[in-house]
Amino acid sequence: MPKEPMPVTDKPFLDIRNLRIEVTVYPPDDAPRDIVIVDDVSLALEKGKVLGLIGESGAGKSTIGLSPMAYGRGGVRITGGEVWLNGRDILKDNARKKRKLRGREVCYVAQSAAAAFNPAHRLMDQVVEATLKHGVSSRREAEKRAVELFRKLSLPDPENIGKRYPHQVSGGQLQRVMTAMALCSQPDLIIFDEPTTALDVTTQIDVLAAIKEAIRDTGVAALYITHDLAVVAQVSDEIMVLRHGKTVEWGKTRQIVDDPQETYTQQLVAARHVEHGEQSPDGTPLLSVKNVTAAYGGGSVNVLKNVSVDIQPGQTLAVVGESGSGKSTLARAITGLLPPKEGSINFDGRELSSRLAQRSKEDLRELQMIYQMADVAMNPRQTVATIIGRPLEFYFDMRGKERDRRVAELLDKIEMGSGFIDRYPAELSGGQKQRVCIARALAAKPKLIICDEVTSALDPLVANGILKLLLELQKEEGVSYLFITHDIATVRAIADSIAVMYRGEVVRYGPKSQVLSPPYDNYTQLLLSSVPEMEIGWLEKAIAGRKMAAAGN
Amino acid sequence: MTMFKRMPIGAAIGLIVTVVLLFVAIFAPWIAPYPGSRVLGGVWEPASAQYWLGTDNLGRDLLSRMIYGARITVFIAVSATALAFTLGAILGFMAAVLGGWFDTLMSRFVDLMMSIPTLIFGLVVLSVLPSTIPTLIIVMGLLDSTRVYRLSRAVAVDINVMDFVEAAKLRGEGTRWIIFREILPNALSPLVSELGLRFIYAVLFLSALSFLGLGVQPPNADWGGMVRENREGIVFGIPAALIPAGAIAALAISVNLVADWLLNRTSDLKGGRGNA
Amino acid sequence: MGAHPILTLIAQRIALGVLLLLAVSVLIFVGTEILPGDVAASILGQAATPQALENLRAQLGLNDPAYIRYFRWLGGVLTGDLGTALSNRMDIATSIWPRLKNTMFLAFWAAAVSVPLAILLGLIAVRYRNGFVDKTISGLSLSATSLPEFFIGYVLMYFFAVRLGWFPSVSTVYDTMPFLDRMRAIALPATALTLVVLAHMMRMTRAAILNVMQSAYIETAELKGLTLFEIIRKHAFPNAIAPIVNVVMLNLAYLVVGVVVIEVIFVYPGMGQYLVDHVTRRDVPVVQAVGLIFAAVYIGLNLVADIVAILANPRLRHRR
Repeated sequence: MPKEPMPVTDKPFLDIRNLRIEVTVYPPDDAPRDIVIVDDVSLALEKGKVLGLIGESGAGKSTIGLSPMAYGRGGVRITGGEVWLNGRDILKDNARKKRKLRGREVCYVAQSAAAAFNPAHRLMDQVVEATLKHGVSSRREAEKRAVELFRKLSLPDPENIGKRYPHQVSGGQLQRVMTAMALCSQPDLIIFDEPTTALDVTTQIDVLAAIKEAIRDTGVAALYITHDLAVVAQVSDEIMVLRHGKTVEWGKTRQIVDDPQETYTQQLVAARHVEHGEQSPDGTPLLSVKNVTAAYGGGSVNVLKNVSVDIQPGQTLAVVGESGSGKSTLARAITGLLPPKEGSINFDGRELSSRLAQRSKEDLRELQMIYQMADVAMNPRQTVATIIGRPLEFYFDMRGKERDRRVAELLDKIEMGSGFIDRYPAELSGGQKQRVCIARALAAKPKLIICDEVTSALDPLVANGILKLLLELQKEEGVSYLFITHDIATVRAIADSIAVMYRGEVVRYGPKSQVLSPPYDNYTQLLLSSVPEMEIGWLEKAIAGRKMAAAGN
Repeated sequence: MTMFKRMPIGAAIGLIVTVVLLFVAIFAPWIAPYPGSRVLGGVWEPASAQYWLGTDNLGRDLLSRMIYGARITVFIAVSATALAFTLGAILGFMAAVLGGWFDTLMSRFVDLMMSIPTLIFGLVVLSVLPSTIPTLIIVMGLLDSTRVYRLSRAVAVDINVMDFVEAAKLRGEGTRWIIFREILPNALSPLVSELGLRFIYAVLFLSALSFLGLGVQPPNADWGGMVRENREGIVFGIPAALIPAGAIAALAISVNLVADWLLNRTSDLKGGRGNA
Repeated sequence: MGAHPILTLIAQRIALGVLLLLAVSVLIFVGTEILPGDVAASILGQAATPQALENLRAQLGLNDPAYIRYFRWLGGVLTGDLGTALSNRMDIATSIWPRLKNTMFLAFWAAAVSVPLAILLGLIAVRYRNGFVDKTISGLSLSATSLPEFFIGYVLMYFFAVRLGWFPSVSTVYDTMPFLDRMRAIALPATALTLVVLAHMMRMTRAAILNVMQSAYIETAELKGLTLFEIIRKHAFPNAIAPIVNVVMLNLAYLVVGVVVIEVIFVYPGMGQYLVDHVTRRDVPVVQAVGLIFAAVYIGLNLVADIVAILANPRLRHRR
């Protein structure tokens, strides 16, 4: 066999050429067949640089990300192309050589550190494991380095945090410990697979800054995988946009953000811009929540504390907050699923009973709800016709032809043809499922729809379409929305009024223009400054702003 | 029917054996060459053209007794399973949907029942009750319903917390609609394959009881009872007892293969077409 | 600090087990006393005169209210007095003791063979997952779980005792029997018992290990470049202990029940044989006593599984 030529030094140390990855699927009633999930993708990376891989779910970004470790998750196979790392094609290596590369030359940071750490071992043992396994250094040196990394990643009590078990450390901290674990064996390349996606927005910014700093100081190269363009714009030198396993566009970060060439990239950059003029909150409110306090299971821990908000007819109130802020609990209190301990809820000039069972059919009809996870919000054994038709039967006693005609009309309204009428939810895409849920809510001719994180499980472009649809329907039907979300960009797009919630309390409430302009209270300041913006250098500004605020306090 | 097209060979064999055995059980009087209880020849005659499987410990035709035995075995097992399912599934669903004290009371009681091994419990109860066929069906059905209760409750609890059920409750639907239209269609797949497993269990349980002399009483005999009748022969090298024992094994394995295939096919909650 | 929270948890679990056993004793008592059968009638048979029945009832204390009879019985059980057998007027505790020893001896050897074998086969099936070996093992064990105990028992007896003559077909044991003879006597019943539980235990072990092997932290270990052996030893094993112990305990409980039929097949003088004999004779006190002992063993094994699960859970061992 002829020897491969020595790589010339200015060649990139990671060079993926014409990568092709396949997986075998086993449909229940069909012969197994191979599907190509990554098709002809090439990329290159120089030492110390960061390349962002961005795309929606199913774009193949994680699969590509794992290829420099010669690893296929869940039975995927690399069936074509080459992966050159430090001057050799690692796909040609045998199993032993591949093991020597993993954890030494290339390390991995997973999306959920909470699941990626072994619950049975102390953190330190897991952090230094790869370092010891590959004989990079002695245990004493490795632990010293780990403590330094903990300090660099601003973990609390860096000397002792390694003695803890994974369940004793918070999610954001675990994510940083995992980054330390990846850096500990001094690799050439780290793969970050959505490392901040599972975190709250105010935690995300700290982890993001810590990762960026650690990359800079150690000179390691990185592949940064995410679906959030604004996040990746903060940390990477270059960005590659992927869709359906193919490369859409690859360029410098500045070029992708400021001057995208391909239509798809342009859509991604523009995704957050939905036009909506703010309406002023005049007149009598449709829904008025007054001094509501609530706790789960009759307990003493109040998850809602003295909450009061109003919603005007035909307008949108956005309730923003992080996980645990009580925003979803507010929805449960309004729907009657969680009767409040104190306070009252007025709807359309009458007081609603606190319990669901005591409300009239009319109350139930006029107050509908749309859920975050459209796939579990619909009975998988019912067709679209039944799902949308049932409220028509139930509330208006519509049957037969009349009902079918109305279902078709509603499908039309949500921009889906009547061809979908016999489909089951499993046969719809994510966006279509959410649209059917919207149609089901509309079928009741409600006055208020509670939208609980309805766009957070969707890819940005699809989410955008849903937001536009909701705004259009509001104009046509004059329906009000209570829009629960953690995403400030969505709030900017859709709200007339905003309530910011924090630990069960409304900390800021008013018309959108007021809530989103200074002077801010501390929490709103923190929340707003934590939302990544599609602007290079935003992260540094935000962190600097925070430090100043902290110094000022 | 597309669902049978890609059926694995094991499941296909299982399905055929099950169907044949059920057919034999139903049409026993028309199929059996001799009456089951008539003494025809010598004791433990070997298989011959006249007696295909030989004769038993009293000189009765083994094949005919096997065919009638199939009837008794299948009848008791099916009835007990049906009782177990009706009772277990209804109570399990009710516990899941109603919750509260009903759920707590039922679940604790079932925990208690299940902390005694079924066979032991069966023996204890049969020490005071007569071993008639109705008693057997009721005892077996009641003991087995605890397992069905556990499963149906667990499945229904999982479904009951899903958003589509909450959506139905918010719409104002009643308990009936929620149990029969929202929960039941989604709980069917795991319950159907459990039906197979419970049936096997009932066959094995009945056979064990009859083998121990506490199940079906002579002159009637199910397959387990026939093992008991012919077991003395084993020591003399006469394998007559192995034939009913083997038949029980064949029936159980066949149903198991079918149930396993059903479970693998439908263990998802995705729903949709051709997946019931 | 005070007492370690885990000790409290274990104490609670044991208390719960005792409570459960008490409830079971009530259930067994109720099951045998309240049901429409009458002990006196079943002893004397159809032809008994009302006067004879009445005398026997009085003699057995059957005229007292049920709860008094229950507490009398429970008090006896707690002090080691299991009562007197109706059929032969012998003290139940003295009859049970040698039989309990025999049963334990048989169950011990069956467990000693089947537990390591099942775990080994489970590991092999996981190692060659979805390959030929795994599919063969899984297919065979699926079939084996539906075999009745007496099929296995009589097939073994027919071939190895009757045809080949390697082992006795009837497992007679007596007190002064030398160890090797005793082992030879129980070879077939122990093998049969092993086969009865092996398939089930192996399938469950396989599922438990697979469940652990599919965790995200196993992938992390793989991406650190560890070998399969290191991954299993350092990352899978510590997390698989609890589920495997759970599987083993469940199957030991299953084995204890399987003993009943196996003992009858091989005419082995153990608890199972004793129980069946006395159920046939409708000897209620014996049935109550033996039933309670079986239930106690069953509950005890499940309790051990629970406690091991608590001890093996790092979340409970190291609180936040």
